[in-house]
Amino acid sequence: MTHLDIDPALVTDILIRFLRAEAGKFGFSKAVLGLSGGIDSAVSCALSARAFGPENVLAVMMPYRTSSADSLSDAEAVINMTGVRGMRFDISSMVDGYLDPAQVEDRLRRGNVMARSRMIVLYDQSAAERALVIGTSNKTELLLGYSTQWGDSASALNPLGDLYKHQVYQLAEHLDLPASVREKAPSADLFAGQSDEQELGFSYEEADQILVRLVDRRWREEELVAAGFSSELTTRIVQRIVMNQYKRLPPIVAKLSERTVGWDFRYLRSWRH
Amino acid sequence: MDCRVRLAQVDPTLGDVNANLKSHLEVIERARADGIELLVFPELSLTGYFLKDQTFEVALDLDAPPLNALCEQSRDISIVAGFVERGPDNRMYNSLALFEDGEIRHIHRKVHLVTYGMFEESRDLAAGEEFVVAESKYGRIGLLTCEDAWHVDGAYLYFLDGVDALIICSAGPGRGVTAGNGELASNRTWRTLQDALSLFFRTWVLYCNRVGWEDGVLFAGHSRIVDPDGCPLNEELGLDTGLLDGELSRARLERARVATPLRRDERPWILARALARRVGLTESEA
Repeated sequence: MTHLDIDPALVTDILIRFLRAEAGKFGFSKAVLGLSGGIDSAVSCALSARAFGPENVLAVMMPYRTSSADSLSDAEAVINMTGVRGMRFDISSMVDGYLDPAQVEDRLRRGNVMARSRMIVLYDQSAAERALVIGTSNKTELLLGYSTQWGDSASALNPLGDLYKHQVYQLAEHLDLPASVREKAPSADLFAGQSDEQELGFSYEEADQILVRLVDRRWREEELVAAGFSSELTTRIVQRIVMNQYKRLPPIVAKLSERTVGWDFRYLRSWRH
Repeated sequence: MDCRVRLAQVDPTLGDVNANLKSHLEVIERARADGIELLVFPELSLTGYFLKDQTFEVALDLDAPPLNALCEQSRDISIVAGFVERGPDNRMYNSLALFEDGEIRHIHRKVHLVTYGMFEESRDLAAGEEFVVAESKYGRIGLLTCEDAWHVDGAYLYFLDGVDALIICSAGPGRGVTAGNGELASNRTWRTLQDALSLFFRTWVLYCNRVGWEDGVLFAGHSRIVDPDGCPLNEELGLDTGLLDGELSRARLERARVATPLRRDERPWILARALARRVGLTESEA
């Protein structure tokens, strides 16, 4: 476990500084985020509340008609605990407005439409609030590509993107988030009874132990296997990382000119800020 | 070297030289009022760090107005600041200047550009080729720019040349949040390095790092002053902007060097001969 354990007080301090500084640079001091009732958005919410003050954070709960009731009550517990402003917007009519006439039955497609509908709500609310959308995707999810592109992965600032799931749990404990949020099985809650770990076919703990070695410590696959990790699981994880690189980058631009966005037009977002 | 020094742990705006010059002038004004004799800013303090394609856009000739402004300021206070220097042939350098008595007294061009991991300096910058002592009216100074401190050659050459102080100007990102340290791993590593330089070379070590964020990268501050016995002079700064003052006394330097005369006992010709053999020179050529 020593490879993964973080100093949660230090990380909390740094992430609060991150949110304030990176938003403040562009003239923002307010946040909008989607609150699912899960651990990741709860941690993002608690960090945002500390960074911007709870009155400057709008947490939007966006249930679909099949969403679990527990998700809502857990989200409400987080709102009560952090003191942020809560808003509930049912996305059922918005989502069904497309899914029904388009006759979408496939679970993956339906889930993606829900995730992207939530993104539409969050970005619109951020415009109304003059706020930035704060992300909730952790490092495990980014590496495995376990998210909907332009959906739940969309944000302006992501405080969790360099924290493995294991580390998000540590932070949640440090931030004293409600036990019901910390103890339930992780779920995208796109359909009833969905479980991340069942869908992925491995546990986050297993994945994190492999990912931290592959990515942070630059181990080769053979070294993981020699150290006793499952060869099959290691290979599957490596494949997922490679296969989902597209989700982590902007779209590919066909290079025609001498200077092309994405290749040799190189400026940070912090450009003159 | 008897000198009242101040390290200015600032947060430059990326690629906005005028805004940064303005904040430099404010810090200088305050330092002057406080009776500071030598004021040190971090690496690339006039430009910010991850410049990429801005490198060329913010590069300054040595007679550019922002540098003239700092020369003007230096009539009654010596200043070290960082910028992108446009050298001959349009080569760009990551440079530090010592401004003193109304002129640029010394330029140090970063020798060890850092191009690995998150860094890509060699793509945009040319490397300096030498470590030359900055001769200040307050003493002999060895300027090192961040990564220069991680290679032993610069500090060693300055040691041979008998500098009174090593000044490390840095734009050092913070990394490493593993449990059990209570601080960023990078801060602990830097502290170890500064202490070691002081102990190896029996000199004042001044570390001036910047703070602030560029696209999610935190510059981790923790500027500090180490005395010639490897002990911190006072409490180091943290992650916020701030000022750290110190009185660098000649007496303290002398005592450390009398107690532990490492420079007296150094025999650089042993190294010179070995190096000459390695690069295929005869001893007389070396």
